[in-house]
Amino acid sequence: MTSNNAKRTRVAWVLLTPFLALFVVFMVYPLVQSAFLAANQTFGPGTRTFVGERNFALLIEDPLFWKSIRNTIVYALGSLLIQLPMAFGLALALNSRHLRGRALYRLLFFSPQLMGLVFVSILGALAFEKRAGLINQALHWASSYSLLSWTTPSGGWLEYAWLQEHVMATLILISLWLYVGFNMIYFLAALQNVDQSLIEAAEIDGANARAKLFHVVLPSIRPVATFVVLLSMIGSLQLFELPYVLLDGNGGPNNQGLTIVMYLYQSGFELGDLGYASAIGWALAIMLIGLAFIQIRMMRREEASS
Amino acid sequence: MSQPRFRIRILALHAFLLGLALLVLVPFTWMFIASLKSQEDFFSGMFFPPGDGAFGIAWDKLTWGNYKELFNLGFERAFLNSVFYSSTSAVFATLFAAATGYVLAKIDFRGRKFLTVLVLSALVIPPTLLIAPSYELLYRLGMLDTAWGLLLPTLSPTFGAFLFRQAVKQSVPDELLEAARIDGCSELSIFFVVVLPLVRPMIGAFMLITFLGMWNNFISPQIVLQSEAKQPLSVAIAQLRGVYRTDYGLLMAATVVSVAPVALLFLMLQKQFISGLTSGAVKG
Repeated sequence: MTSNNAKRTRVAWVLLTPFLALFVVFMVYPLVQSAFLAANQTFGPGTRTFVGERNFALLIEDPLFWKSIRNTIVYALGSLLIQLPMAFGLALALNSRHLRGRALYRLLFFSPQLMGLVFVSILGALAFEKRAGLINQALHWASSYSLLSWTTPSGGWLEYAWLQEHVMATLILISLWLYVGFNMIYFLAALQNVDQSLIEAAEIDGANARAKLFHVVLPSIRPVATFVVLLSMIGSLQLFELPYVLLDGNGGPNNQGLTIVMYLYQSGFELGDLGYASAIGWALAIMLIGLAFIQIRMMRREEASS
Repeated sequence: MSQPRFRIRILALHAFLLGLALLVLVPFTWMFIASLKSQEDFFSGMFFPPGDGAFGIAWDKLTWGNYKELFNLGFERAFLNSVFYSSTSAVFATLFAAATGYVLAKIDFRGRKFLTVLVLSALVIPPTLLIAPSYELLYRLGMLDTAWGLLLPTLSPTFGAFLFRQAVKQSVPDELLEAARIDGCSELSIFFVVVLPLVRPMIGAFMLITFLGMWNNFISPQIVLQSEAKQPLSVAIAQLRGVYRTDYGLLMAATVVSVAPVALLFLMLQKQFISGLTSGAVKG
């Protein structure tokens, strides 16, 4: 029996080795190094100069860093307050009883997710282009009807400079197209898992649609909703590809579109200071972990109270 | 509720959902039609160039020229690179994650608890934190601008280990493993012959997730790979835009080429993908 156990342990290690070796080299080691790097200044890789806590001191007084945080939070709040309610509403509509073709609708709304972010960015960059873009052409066409003509901005829709003057609005609009259907999938899955007997019991008690929504449905999908909020915040705070490609690798006019990860990328790979980039990375990590922590505590409290 | 009122409500709902679905699909349609327009015709008509063909559209002005031009620019190499990186990453990441998940779920040995906590706690690490130190590591290992440098860091997915640990716990009964041992099946072949077939749905879902993730990955290849010959579609298309800024038709053709194969793959395997996507969320 002991020899059997020893054999089993040996095989366990054989199966674990590829994963663990890569995990230690490409995950644990860089994580440790990121702490050291944050206390150094580099000029390209392999050239460290120890600077202690200077990177963080600089960071706190760096107006560009604060601007990137502000921009990122505006985007994150945009997705939280606009995208998620839309996704939930859409899930409710799709969850209607006796609705046919639910699977097809679900697939259609999800379909933008099939495009990777870079490819969406290319499509977005062209769609929001001044004269040739789909958006301005469609708005121009729609406002040619007298009923909608009052919506036309002073220079006409064709000249409306989305990417030059309304970067954040553009980013949020593209992200609506991209993520509403994606988040809808989670909400819909949660809605379909709601215990039907609870709803029936509420109906027997004479609850109307509104009461059912607020007292039965919402409480029972709360864990999934919390998860979706967390996932969407984590994703939003790490926004990179969309503004990077849309704005040709820089922050756009007056750095309106500079996000935290974009600033990290610029510092580390355009200016070559991997130390400063690591400091930005840690600032972001602390924000993300703090966010996750708050959410987990909220979830615990809800579980305790229910 | 009375029958006709109910019918009207369902009809109104369908009208609303169809309108929304149309709105979602318009950019795809626009992209595809734009990829068929030559540069001169790009500004004629929002979608199709107007003319005197059927439906008032100048069908003869549509051309495959942009796609041919992509070939002339050697864009197919980026496509093949993407296929290679994505499939290699998908196969090995899934294999390693499945092996780890199985061991952590079923084999009792000293240190298992520690390893489980170690691997699962890595789920919290934001990937953006590792960008700068990973670049320096790859530089020291001499792996910058190599496929190794792009692929190796993707082959130990902690999320995958977590998913497979759950899947093995759920769908591989201990009795079956014992029976296989009594039948004289070696420990290693138990994993390949007994365990892997039982978690096949998760294998499909995770391979697809990894494949898509690598196909759409931009920041890693952008940082790791310098030579043009090694770049995948995501990087190549961003550079194409840098050079051919106003050649909209060409850019849209490149986007169609980059997106269509993945979309087809997804459509064939979508059931597995969606179940894999939501399994962690709903059952948790």
